[in-house]
Amino acid sequence: MTEPLIADWYTTGDDPHLLGTKCSGCGTYFFPALDTYCRNPACESTQFETVELSRTGKLWSFTNAGYSPPAPYVAADPYEPFAIAAVELDKEKMIVLGQIVEGVGVEGLSAGMEMELVMEPVPHDDDADGRLIWKWRPAT
Amino acid sequence: MSDIRIIGQGMHEWGKWGRNFVSYGVAAAQDALREAGIDWSDVDFVSGAGTVRCGYPGYVAGATFAQALGWQGAEVNTSYAACASGSQALAAARAKIKAGEANVALVIGADTTPKGFLKPAAGERPDDPDWVRFRLGITNPTYFALYARRRMEMYGDTQEDFAKVKVKNAAHGLENEKARYRKAFSLEDVAASPMVADPLRLMDICATSDGGAALIVCSDEYARKIGKADAPRIAAISTVTPKFASALPEMPDIATDSAAVVDAHRFRASLPAKAYEEAGLGPDDVSIAEVYDLSTALELDWMEDLALCERGDAAKLTRDGETKIGGRIPVNTSGGLACFGEAVPAQAIAQVCELTKQITGRAGSRQVEGARVGITANQGLFGHGSSVIVRAA
Repeated sequence: MTEPLIADWYTTGDDPHLLGTKCSGCGTYFFPALDTYCRNPACESTQFETVELSRTGKLWSFTNAGYSPPAPYVAADPYEPFAIAAVELDKEKMIVLGQIVEGVGVEGLSAGMEMELVMEPVPHDDDADGRLIWKWRPAT
Repeated sequence: MSDIRIIGQGMHEWGKWGRNFVSYGVAAAQDALREAGIDWSDVDFVSGAGTVRCGYPGYVAGATFAQALGWQGAEVNTSYAACASGSQALAAARAKIKAGEANVALVIGADTTPKGFLKPAAGERPDDPDWVRFRLGITNPTYFALYARRRMEMYGDTQEDFAKVKVKNAAHGLENEKARYRKAFSLEDVAASPMVADPLRLMDICATSDGGAALIVCSDEYARKIGKADAPRIAAISTVTPKFASALPEMPDIATDSAAVVDAHRFRASLPAKAYEEAGLGPDDVSIAEVYDLSTALELDWMEDLALCERGDAAKLTRDGETKIGGRIPVNTSGGLACFGEAVPAQAIAQVCELTKQITGRAGSRQVEGARVGITANQGLFGHGSSVIVRAA
């Protein structure tokens, strides 16, 4: 089984979700998870529950990486450009960035498109199978 | 307490010289002192903008420059606020002068930058959002490109609109002897450059540069005493932080704040809003603007955040030539980051240097006729940003 790239940030499997927290005081969501002190300046809560964030959202904007990013990014050899999405989650009112799945470029994308979260491996120095990370893909 | 005055400005030419950053700062300071017509020993406060890329001397930049110019007993300060470091150093000088604790201050910043993408500190650090986003392949141009594509989707801006910003800024900076790139660009040149982060090409994105800039600022009383009662005034310095919840994805974050229970706020727009309020001026009073064109498209965002036009109209204003020298509201008369590249701790100071040159009528071939009020705007990582208003005496 392929390991996650970042532990405790998301669930893997057939129905993967980003793991955030929800403030027990004011209901604000946080990703990455926050469990210390609520960042809503009107809230003093220190209580949070771990929640799975929405798996789908609307494409807010998108781009790609024409050149290999610097370390700690681990690039495939030869370098394969990839697309990047900013997806707005409706319930959480939050925009989450992430790579777009392999094989989908910026062509054909437009703001407002429904996107869904999936897991895909990315190259890793210690692991020939790579490690799993969340990616966005146009919803089917 | 009246506004502080700018009696001298100086810059070392921007470039990729690879020399010690201190030498750029010293050259800029000497220029500024010469222009002010005062001796180094007259300066009683040195306010340095720090750099994190040049080791310990960069962390204590105020003292580093004071030592390099020759210890003479002045008090020192160093400010670090990412791209807004120079403005925070200026704000520290203003506070000291307005409190009556100093008469004349040197505000100074300089940097030596590495080649290529700016990258995070080394090691496996998933708790650091800057590490996480680079691990996911999200660089600074990613954010610029997301904003640019959003403009295309929302307002119908085109890549050619963005290229027009580059062409305009390149023309502005053509004869600026402090600029790194002094070369005319055509729309075709921009379109022929490689795609870095769709829709932005290499010529849409600013480089990192070496450079140094300095200002000599003083109390109203000191300016009068040395016969410079007509020196431009600093009417406002805004360094406000964002308000929760952030509306836009901001470097280096992987997600925005959640606006599920509170309204989303635009940080960029809040910076000049505070500056206008402090100066008692509005966008209609502005003759020139120096904005942080980290990308061509970002200049358009800034014009709207500065309320120089309605949201969505900035590309049209640019197409109509209104942001050129000679137009209704010239933007980035210095050539902007397009011609300079970014020298982080010097850049916000350099923006004020340009406003000073324009307002005192010493901008040479790029002089904007009748420039009376200028505004700067910039934004950096981790909730830092600034907007400074300079006005004629």
